[in-house]
Amino acid sequence: MASTKNINLNEAKTRPKAPGHHAGSALSWSSNDGVIELALHREPCNELGSTSLEELEQFATALQQMQGAAHALIIYSELKAGFCAGADLRELYHRSRAMAKAEAAKAVRDFLERIHRVLNLVDAAPLTTIAAVHGVTFGGGFELALTCDLIIADKMARFCFPELRLGLIPGFGGIPRLKRDLGNAVVRDLLLTGRSFNATKAQQIGLVSQLVGEGEALRAARATAAQLGKFDRATAVAAKKFIKPIPHDELRHEIDLFCQLFVSPAVESGLRKFVDSADTQPYLP
Amino acid sequence: MPTSEQTLQEIIKLAATQFKVSQEKLSPDDDFFKTLGIDSLQALDLLTKLENHFKIELPDYELQGVSDFRTLAARIQARL
Repeated sequence: MASTKNINLNEAKTRPKAPGHHAGSALSWSSNDGVIELALHREPCNELGSTSLEELEQFATALQQMQGAAHALIIYSELKAGFCAGADLRELYHRSRAMAKAEAAKAVRDFLERIHRVLNLVDAAPLTTIAAVHGVTFGGGFELALTCDLIIADKMARFCFPELRLGLIPGFGGIPRLKRDLGNAVVRDLLLTGRSFNATKAQQIGLVSQLVGEGEALRAARATAAQLGKFDRATAVAAKKFIKPIPHDELRHEIDLFCQLFVSPAVESGLRKFVDSADTQPYLP
Repeated sequence: MPTSEQTLQEIIKLAATQFKVSQEKLSPDDDFFKTLGIDSLQALDLLTKLENHFKIELPDYELQGVSDFRTLAARIQARL
């Protein structure tokens, strides 16, 4: 299936050029009038592999320089397919098969620790963060959205932790963050059934703060970011730090459990099934 | 509450609109993946449209083994 770009084309075209603008192959960012925007655009659906991780690390470094002059960060996708489908499972499968088991396990742990560093920075960033999501917001993509203070979703967004289908658990911090934000019952539902649910349900349970029409998430996020600019920044930063603890111990425990599970035969079998699927992006359970 | 037949017709109408095909080309026992030429991502989009339209929640694992409109309608009808 060919994904066509630019679901947010009209909005994206109005993104003004400004200092701090960077265009990568997987993502780009810009900063203007106190709002940093991180646009994801790696076809087919922003799968998070080594290229995305490298660019996210570059973004994390740039964020630490830009955030002093900003009050908001918006993360969104330019791709029609959705916000982000999660980890690049094809890359994970092929790379781990090319290594001895112990080497692959070490490489996976290294990847997780690197992505956790980036996501922890976003989670704790001293500005208000907004994920503007549409379409597929699965696995690592869902976990990226969960680092944000607010999720604004268009009515076609779907959220999912499909990892159990692969014999894994979410490894990018999704379990501790979702538990922090919503509670154990929702985590159990998503984690143990592997099902996806739509944005309407997500708003009903408090995951999504605003539900908007198809294609409208970025516009709504920009309007929200403009509103945020009216408040005293130091107060907003202090308030966020007060109400949003980073669950460091659980995040580390999640990495350990993921690495423990990764070496099981169920995972290789699950990944092979995904890679061998006739469907280019097999999203149904 | 709509009848099963009404639900079935609404699903066909929605699918025709979503994938820009003529309703006349869709029949209840068609394999919608083949007839519409869609993949699982597009099937999820259809699921979202159906959930929003019928105001229900239909776990996507209930679509396992479902590939025709009539069976899909039965799954949805059970949630109304």
